Amino acid sequence: MSGKLNPLRKIVIHGRGGQGAVTAAELIAKAAFYDGKESQAFPSFGVERRGAPVQAFCRISKEKITLKSQVYEPDYVIILDSTLLPLVDIKNLSEKKGTLIVNTANYIDSSKFTGINVLSVDASSVALEIFRADIVNTAMVAAFSAFTGEISMQSMIKALPEIFERKDIIEKNQSVLERIYSNCKECKPGK
Amino acid sequence: MRKLIETSDAVAQAAMLCRPLVIPMYPITPQTHIVEKLASLISDGNLDAEMIHTESEHSAMSAAIGASAAGVRVFTATASQGLALMHEVLFIASGMRFPIVMAVANRSLSAPINIWNDQQDSIAERDSGWIQFYVETAQEAMDTTIMAYKIAENKDVLLPVMICIDGFTLSHVFEPVDIPEQKAIDRFLPKYEPGDKLDVKNPKSFGPIAFPDTFAGFRKMQDEAMGRSIDIIKNVNSEFKKAFSRSYGDGLVENYMIEDAEYAIVAMGSACGTARAVIDEMRKKGKKYGMIRIKCMRPFPREEIISAAKPLKGIAVLDRNIGLGAGGALFTEIKAILPEKNVNDIILGLGGKDITIEDIKKSFEIAEKENSSTQWLL
Repeated sequence: MSGKLNPLRKIVIHGRGGQGAVTAAELIAKAAFYDGKESQAFPSFGVERRGAPVQAFCRISKEKITLKSQVYEPDYVIILDSTLLPLVDIKNLSEKKGTLIVNTANYIDSSKFTGINVLSVDASSVALEIFRADIVNTAMVAAFSAFTGEISMQSMIKALPEIFERKDIIEKNQSVLERIYSNCKECKPGK
Repeated sequence: MRKLIETSDAVAQAAMLCRPLVIPMYPITPQTHIVEKLASLISDGNLDAEMIHTESEHSAMSAAIGASAAGVRVFTATASQGLALMHEVLFIASGMRFPIVMAVANRSLSAPINIWNDQQDSIAERDSGWIQFYVETAQEAMDTTIMAYKIAENKDVLLPVMICIDGFTLSHVFEPVDIPEQKAIDRFLPKYEPGDKLDVKNPKSFGPIAFPDTFAGFRKMQDEAMGRSIDIIKNVNSEFKKAFSRSYGDGLVENYMIEDAEYAIVAMGSACGTARAVIDEMRKKGKKYGMIRIKCMRPFPREEIISAAKPLKGIAVLDRNIGLGAGGALFTEIKAILPEKNVNDIILGLGGKDITIEDIKKSFEIAEKENSSTQWLL
């Protein structure tokens, strides 16, 4: 199976069109690249429609990545919109004892996710406060960084100007990154 | 400088480094990121080129032909229905021997309508007199775009070049790419010096009628130029390696683990990357698997493929296209040059169907167990 091909880290991001799932994958890949790793990001190649479920993928490795197929057995699943949770196939995630990171302010009953490390963060409230819009892509990447340590804060910040052009947007995204990162670090459960 | 960028961005930056003066364009999914990036490179003052917004792909290629006739370097990009709409003018570009370079973000052809990747669009144009490269990575897309001008503009070639990039599956992938310096590109690719060009002070006639007594002679000259381009492609690939420490097989075919292989995949494009990972894994399990990656589909590198295939017991050709009624396009050409071999045709990855690790493993199993079969992986 693909998990044995390489010491790979595989990430799937679920969002809705307009939430920036593809940008989140790009940010993770760029940050990993600046951390000195090999990385790759790509969308699920859908027709872009606002609100429609979209997926984006990421691979991170110490070795060169040649795979061009989609990710079927993720180590991490990031969910930008919790209403997508029932649609996400978590079977492969539980077999690998993977991690699920969900944007929600509500309690998640983790007994429904046997074998999965379920983590949640209220990214929307921070996004609404700083952007005045429910765009949680950078927030959820910050949560991913804080919870898993797969990418560094420094590299995320370094990547921002490559993704966003306007100075004020870059600054706001950095504020979101820092706020969520420290929130998640503080509340990171000992489990 | 090494950066993590989208393949479409890499292609646009490669085009910029080659200093084209005219870029006629018409947007179409999944190619649009390439021309969007070029438009911003021009508007940001990084590229001094005239972008012509045409009303169709037919007009975009016609404008490219006009600009090339005026003696300047030209770049454009398209995909799918857009390439199909160019069909008529593609033959005019090659017949008039204009060294136009075009990126194609490969996508299926309607109907049914589908915006996703397969290679049917450029395969349908394989007899249009364009050199055709199929690339595997963002880096190769960038490097091949640069090499394409040097090949196309060679006086012994003078043929247009198509760089075929799997739409979405490669065009929308972000990967680390080593971006060459402008100075190094200027050394590698000198300013374009056209032989003949449209010039009001020195009027010449371009594209006159050829009667039955001369027409075939023109076609034969084109075919001979294709033949000569084999060595020139190899030379440019070696020169590129000298200048940038990277190359792709001999420029035509890139073999992977083929020396002692018993079974091999023959394939084109991004799926070859997935095949590499499968070969690495199966080699550890003692399977003597390898790959012949066809980078250049036109001219078809017969001798190079025959020599690489010599020791093989079985072959699976991966066709991301279907020559309806005749099998996959790559298969029919491979079988024609290897009539004695066990060559199986695998039709897969059509209309955006992902080519998975399991598909590649299945293809190797077919090469081992079957004999000259045709199989669809749906």
